[in-house]
Amino acid sequence: MGTKLQNNIAIAVIRILAALVVLILVFLLGKILISGIPHISWHFLTAASQSFESGGGIGVQLFNSIYLLALTLIISFPISLGAGIFLSEYAPKNFLTAIVRMAIEVLSSLPSVVVGLFGFLLFVVQMKMGFSILSGAIALTFFNLPLLTRNIEESLRAIPDLQREAGMSLGLSKWKTVTKVILPEALPGIITGVVLGAGRVFGEAAALIYTAGQSATNIDFGDWNPFNSASPLNLFRPAETLAVHIWKINSEGVMPDAAAVSAGSSAVLIIAVLIFNLLARVLGNSLYHKLTATK
Amino acid sequence: MDDPIKNKIQSTSKETRQDILGRFLTYLCIAFIMIVVLSIFVFVASKGIATFTVNKANFWEFLTGKNWNPTATDASGKPMLGALPMITGSFGVTILAVIFATPFAIGTALYMTEVASKRGEKILQSVVELLVGIPSVVYGFIGLSVVVPLVRNHFGGSGYGILSGSIVLFVMVLPTVTSMTVDSLRAVPRYYKEASLALGATKWQTIYKVLLRSATSGILTAIIFGMARAFGEALAVQMVIGNAALMPKGLLSSASTLTSVLTMGIGNTVMGTVGNNALWSLALILLLMSLIFNIVVRLIGRKGRLD
Repeated sequence: MGTKLQNNIAIAVIRILAALVVLILVFLLGKILISGIPHISWHFLTAASQSFESGGGIGVQLFNSIYLLALTLIISFPISLGAGIFLSEYAPKNFLTAIVRMAIEVLSSLPSVVVGLFGFLLFVVQMKMGFSILSGAIALTFFNLPLLTRNIEESLRAIPDLQREAGMSLGLSKWKTVTKVILPEALPGIITGVVLGAGRVFGEAAALIYTAGQSATNIDFGDWNPFNSASPLNLFRPAETLAVHIWKINSEGVMPDAAAVSAGSSAVLIIAVLIFNLLARVLGNSLYHKLTATK
Repeated sequence: MDDPIKNKIQSTSKETRQDILGRFLTYLCIAFIMIVVLSIFVFVASKGIATFTVNKANFWEFLTGKNWNPTATDASGKPMLGALPMITGSFGVTILAVIFATPFAIGTALYMTEVASKRGEKILQSVVELLVGIPSVVYGFIGLSVVVPLVRNHFGGSGYGILSGSIVLFVMVLPTVTSMTVDSLRAVPRYYKEASLALGATKWQTIYKVLLRSATSGILTAIIFGMARAFGEALAVQMVIGNAALMPKGLLSSASTLTSVLTMGIGNTVMGTVGNNALWSLALILLLMSLIFNIVVRLIGRKGRLD
């Protein structure tokens, strides 16, 4: 067999494999959107869910997902910012730093269900916080920290040392150089990472089942005092998120329209993820243009 | 003493104080992460070991026993704690998923780095990113509504089982393996390829004899990462595997994995009982496996560097 023919066959196979992967994604997105979008209505997005009857919505779950995401970002961003700055600017090259890096790598590869179980053990059982938004947000923080830290470290590292030297030679402290010179320049990359991480957090369920709980208590959207038990902002109420809801109705749901509700919820989740992906790109690019002199 | 210049020089400057504060803050953050990692291991290990220290189960029997029913006791009055069915299930779906995914991942990665135009490469890049972004419950739901009926109609059985689980996991690990393979192919120095092409080798000969070989350790790392992801995935697998804690009889019979038993069981057992402790032992196995995957990746990386 000629090497030319062999080459052509091999390249064709590579093309076919790549095309199949594209087809898989097209099929997945098409399937989710086509079967889900017809169920999405204003009622579906805002109404409370039903346990035994059809016609339930996902209003509470959607709110819980967004609230939990916001809390998670509020807790995890400062911590990973500090950790990222440490790794890229301050970390000495020694054994201890190697251990720190390994620990972060291990944390990022831990199964999310293990992280959730740890949260359950520590917050729900030991600290007696019960299934609560706060437990969920902290568990998601553990889940989000390693990726965000690595992203911030890489974004900071990508800034040329020239900038650091310039800051130092002006007599700025290292800390001021990092926060006033390096960080703004790295911000677009960091924002992209944060938004992509947000998409991951938004769809996470395994870490939440035993921390934020599987029940959506009725909440009163007229009451915004975080200390009232029915308030949407209450940190200590159990909160089923959209992703947990999909899992729950598929494994033990008894309402007659479970398939329709999960199709609709899946479509909402996917659309949210698509928006996060798009946002990450647009936000990163436009910020970069705004903060730097590039055209 | 009242020499202002001397005072200024000898006292700590504003910049130094800023730097001390900043350094302190970043150390605090990194210490927090270290404490989290450490306490995850300490907590899960201490709960997981209780099965053997408090409930006196035999560790070897735990790993190799085939009967899992922590609430019942066998003839000799011991609880039936055989985790082999779940361990088999976990390894079964993981290995099958990676076997399915690897050719697709390598093919796609080669397409992106060697065959595609700039535009084709960009499209595939977005495809991979979107596949990563789809939440695992959505994969589970699709598995439930598409894969399970498909397997039932074409292969028989209930449709729930290791085969369905590994098909779902195949799609989930595909983007992970692909993007890491792309990275390792890109890391191959340009002149390797140029030298091969200049010798008159065809594109495929270059790919096969030069690129794939110099990227081998990177591709292996990608595959191990894919395995780690498949091994730890909980909900998507739990939704399609049938959740029967029995030794799987084939790819089509209902089975369970470590993660699926955990998600189903933790809420239904009481803290401190044998049944609950046994579940924590399963969690400990998961934790140790993820550690092992990490170590293997490190070993491969070290070997790759020597070459």
